[in-house]
Amino acid sequence: MHKIAADLTRMLGSQQVLWEREHLVTYGFDATAALEATAGCVVLPKTTAEVSEVLRYAAQNKIPVVARGSGTGLSGGSVPVPDCIVLCLVQMDRLLELDEKNLTIHVESGMVTQKVTELADAAGLLYPPDPGSMKISTIGGNVAENSGGLRGLKYGVTRDYVMGLEVVLANGEIVSLGNKCVKDVAGYSMKDVFIGSEGTLGIITKVLLKLVPKPQAKKTLLATFSQMDAAGETVSAIIAAKIVPCTLEFLDRITVRCVEEYMHLGLPLNAEAILLMESDGHPVVVEEEARQMAEIARGRGAMAVQLAQNEEEAIQLAAARRTAFSALARVSPTTILEDATVPRSELANMIRFIQQTAAKYEVTIGTFGHMGDGNLHPTFLTNEKNTAEMARVEKAMAEIFDHAVSLGGTITGEHGVGLAKKAFLPKAIGDASLELLRQLKCTLDPDNILNPGKIFD
Amino acid sequence: MATQEELHQALVDIGRANPEGHQGASTYLKLLDYSVLQQCIHCGMCLPTCPTYDETKLERNSPRGRIALMRKIADGRLEITQAFGQELYFCLGCLTCETVCPAGVRYGEMFEHARADIEQVGVLRNPVRNFVRAITLRWIFTRPQALRIAGRLIWLYQASGLEFIVRKLKLTRLLPARLRALEPLMPRVQRYFSDALIRPIETPPNQKYRVGLLTGCVQDLAFSQVNRDTADVLLANGCEVVTPPAQFCCGSIHAHNGELELAKQMARRNLEGFDLERLDALITNAAGCGSHLKNYAHLLQDDPAFAKRAKQWSKKVRDIHEWLAEIGIRAPTTSLRQTVTYHEACHLCHGQKITRQPRQVLRAIPGLELVELPESTWCCGSAGVYNITQPEMSQKLLQRKMANIGTTGAQIVASANPGCSAQLEAAVRDSTLNVKILHPISLLAQAYRKGDAQG
Repeated sequence: MHKIAADLTRMLGSQQVLWEREHLVTYGFDATAALEATAGCVVLPKTTAEVSEVLRYAAQNKIPVVARGSGTGLSGGSVPVPDCIVLCLVQMDRLLELDEKNLTIHVESGMVTQKVTELADAAGLLYPPDPGSMKISTIGGNVAENSGGLRGLKYGVTRDYVMGLEVVLANGEIVSLGNKCVKDVAGYSMKDVFIGSEGTLGIITKVLLKLVPKPQAKKTLLATFSQMDAAGETVSAIIAAKIVPCTLEFLDRITVRCVEEYMHLGLPLNAEAILLMESDGHPVVVEEEARQMAEIARGRGAMAVQLAQNEEEAIQLAAARRTAFSALARVSPTTILEDATVPRSELANMIRFIQQTAAKYEVTIGTFGHMGDGNLHPTFLTNEKNTAEMARVEKAMAEIFDHAVSLGGTITGEHGVGLAKKAFLPKAIGDASLELLRQLKCTLDPDNILNPGKIFD
Repeated sequence: MATQEELHQALVDIGRANPEGHQGASTYLKLLDYSVLQQCIHCGMCLPTCPTYDETKLERNSPRGRIALMRKIADGRLEITQAFGQELYFCLGCLTCETVCPAGVRYGEMFEHARADIEQVGVLRNPVRNFVRAITLRWIFTRPQALRIAGRLIWLYQASGLEFIVRKLKLTRLLPARLRALEPLMPRVQRYFSDALIRPIETPPNQKYRVGLLTGCVQDLAFSQVNRDTADVLLANGCEVVTPPAQFCCGSIHAHNGELELAKQMARRNLEGFDLERLDALITNAAGCGSHLKNYAHLLQDDPAFAKRAKQWSKKVRDIHEWLAEIGIRAPTTSLRQTVTYHEACHLCHGQKITRQPRQVLRAIPGLELVELPESTWCCGSAGVYNITQPEMSQKLLQRKMANIGTTGAQIVASANPGCSAQLEAAVRDSTLNVKILHPISLLAQAYRKGDAQG
């Protein structure tokens, strides 16, 4: 055991400090492909005070600290810095308060997102953000990455639900930011600085979230298109018709094929695009919106439009989208899930560009994603052992990000920058913005011990 | 006697510190097709469904963590250490992770190879463990006669009243703590084994199919009535039942405990025991066996003499519920007015993805009310010999299972795996819960019998 682990063990006890190689290997990565490093030790705090104690020790000794929840990130944000302290927060997962009068829930940051949803649901409420990893991702991780999900168009993202945070700063100081007030303009909105900060500015230990009433009804439809543009136009027409569906999801040709091969749902293999649409809210409005969306899809030349008549049929229709990632992930050894995002009006253009780029570099990319908010998931099906192909994947990826930015979009809609997108950030946000980010980091973490080397150098 | 020499050899083999001299390095994981190891995309979706991770919240105790270790070992970047050995034996092998894995990782295969490596390198060896493994894996579970003799001895102990006296006088206190904790787990061995209850060939009047019946090991000794019930249910559904009186262990216990070569031997012996061409299906009623029996094709794929036959075998193996669903269940005419809940054996729901069919069997019985069990697919902690090797974690899982059973208010718990049934029965004996543990097929057989008696 080296000195750092020994010191931390003295502070927190041997149960909460891991340093054996068989432990460290398993905290060496997150859900990002091909990124790995070995920490010096892993600490599993149970209280904010313990987090503060660890940070004070790290600050004194200038040891890097990498925060981690369940390690489901897709940009390498929680991949350790060599010899760092990994601060894994999964054991801080208590419910502090569910306030049905103010519609808020206050939890420790290690609580699994699904649990937050279940607690809200039991009180007849909804916590809308639903990132794909919600069954195991922690709410603290969601806040640190400002995670999205399938309901972004209507309900927004994690940031829209964070009312307050408890954060431990780089020097071990504990600050409480925000409160239950809907309106609060006392000082800078500092909580917003920490949302999406990827563990580089402070360690989030408690989260106060806004909840909303559960919608009474939901209606699900699935439309199949033989032309990509027809699908794109359908989305534009739905938005133009002042309908705000809670789901407007898309699968491209490759994804449809993979899903059909895996699930045998009876999807047409000549489909260029499939749209899954859902409306939720008051039953009468939901009924009317579903009817309108079906009409719009047919009017734009959909090959088929299926309207679910009951919950069971709805689940069936949603199966294609729900299994999209699984269907792609089993095709090849390495799956790289990206999240290039563009304004909605540019979706058809972007999807076409991705397909052309895949052909140009002879790589396989299945694209699915959130049409409603312009957030696409071009998914590279490759093999990290094949260096020649990986080089082509890198090139294709760079071109796709460049194109997204040139269309007024962004390099990442919901996964964060971390290590994976670091090289693309300067082009995406510009030098002046990057300098502002650096200054902020320097103010809050002068010794650069919090997740150093992530987002930017 | 040759057999005595063989036993001696078995003890010598298993006790040898390191027969091949590869201290720390992998043979089996390295032999695996690399794509199997590489398939994990470390997304973490397996974590919330893993009973050991759920308990400890330590990454190492999750499938994703274990796969990372296995991959490092296959890459030659990590030695096979004692900690690795302990980790792989802390895993239940419940395969829940395979059910939820978006990337289709074949965890079971990696797990078997890892345990084979651990045994070959010998990081967990100690005299007691070596001795127990030699006696059980190499001796008793490779010889049908030895297994039945062992069963007979346990039966004598239990039926003669000796067990009663030992317990009454609390003589178990004389045993080492570990063994003392195990004594109550011993399943009740039956007076008659399957060969005494089932004739080699039984033919129904309206024969439509001809099937082989696999009688299992624990099933044969502790639940032989389930085998009789299975034969009765098959007969009632137009199947001629072929049951060789002496059958070999399917080898799942070997494959799961790091003896892959022995597992292959057992598979070959079983392949020789049945005339496959003349059978429509091979029926098993034990989830753990079924899951492994279906894997013979894969296990023997590189064996030129047996690969073809093993493929044919795997195609014909059916879990009894699966088979009944395929051919259509004849509904019993009389009703059983009871409430039942269904505990899903891991190797049925995760190992074989059979979840619908056992419920179909239960629903086919008039009057029987099926109450769904919360967390029905969560492992009960039996997991082969896990309740013996990891009593602490096993007990935690068992308590969780019993608490869930308690909430259903059911009078019967249906379970289709002898390991689970023995584990649950032991727990019921110790609790105030008044429930019976029965195989779904036994319930169906009861209903048929009641109908015959009335009609």
